Amino acid sequence: MKHTLTPQRYLILLAVMLTAAVGDTLLSHGMGQVGPVSLANLGLLLAALRNPWVITGILCLLGFFASYLTALSWADLTFVLPSTAFGYVVVAFLAKYWQHETITLYRWAGILLIVCGVGFVANGPSLTLHESQHPMEEPAPVSEGASTGGSQ
Amino acid sequence: MIYAGPIHAGPIETWATILTVAATAVAGDVLTAGAMRRIGDIDLIRTKSGLSGAVRAVTSSPMFLLGVLSMAASFFSLLFTLSNVDLSLAAPASASLTFLGNAFAAKIFLKENVNRRRWMAALLVCAGVFLLSK
Repeated sequence: MKHTLTPQRYLILLAVMLTAAVGDTLLSHGMGQVGPVSLANLGLLLAALRNPWVITGILCLLGFFASYLTALSWADLTFVLPSTAFGYVVVAFLAKYWQHETITLYRWAGILLIVCGVGFVANGPSLTLHESQHPMEEPAPVSEGASTGGSQ
Repeated sequence: MIYAGPIHAGPIETWATILTVAATAVAGDVLTAGAMRRIGDIDLIRTKSGLSGAVRAVTSSPMFLLGVLSMAASFFSLLFTLSNVDLSLAAPASASLTFLGNAFAAKIFLKENVNRRRWMAALLVCAGVFLLSK
């Protein structure tokens, strides 16, 4: 079960972390401007789609989705998800060093826990191989008749 | 921020909306992950049949489309929740629940090897995300 990721794949995971964090921040800012939405006022959700912050946030999240799907095609969900959580750490650091917000002790503790969590999975294998599955890591020479009956 | 803050919902409505966000998010994640697993390595497909081939391979999967539908439901229920529940509770609570739910769902439905290392990661991340809101 060796599944070391290539530098290019680590870059994809980095994109997963950054685009999710920035996209969520933009959305949150945009929805703050749009104001409260209630069941009686669902049309406001459509109006939110005209807010430039919401639009930029959605574009960022589209980039996130593309890199997330790419990562899921070669790694387990339980491997990829903690890296999305690392985005929260990125947001906290942006808040501190760029927006000069103060970060409470609780937040530092939270950051530490997430970093540990990501470290836990990052050191393990990235993909579960089932017996009926052929490894997707190395592009095996595919010849028509040589299929091992792996895919359903 | 100009925003005055959400209209406060009762505890049942609060947790019902948060649970809806988490449940639809888990469904979306598991369905898309399952679809991507069936489709196979996107990098390989892209080398073989180009970006359009990769996009076609992904978007023609019904499982993927169902996953996207769940994610859209989760997105709109999050927007709805954010307008009724404080961001500092709604965002970390739904995110934490999604992380835990995903670990369970990945084990049950995707048959992923969620070993002790990954359980620890899910729990640490879940607790960490919650602490971030403090």
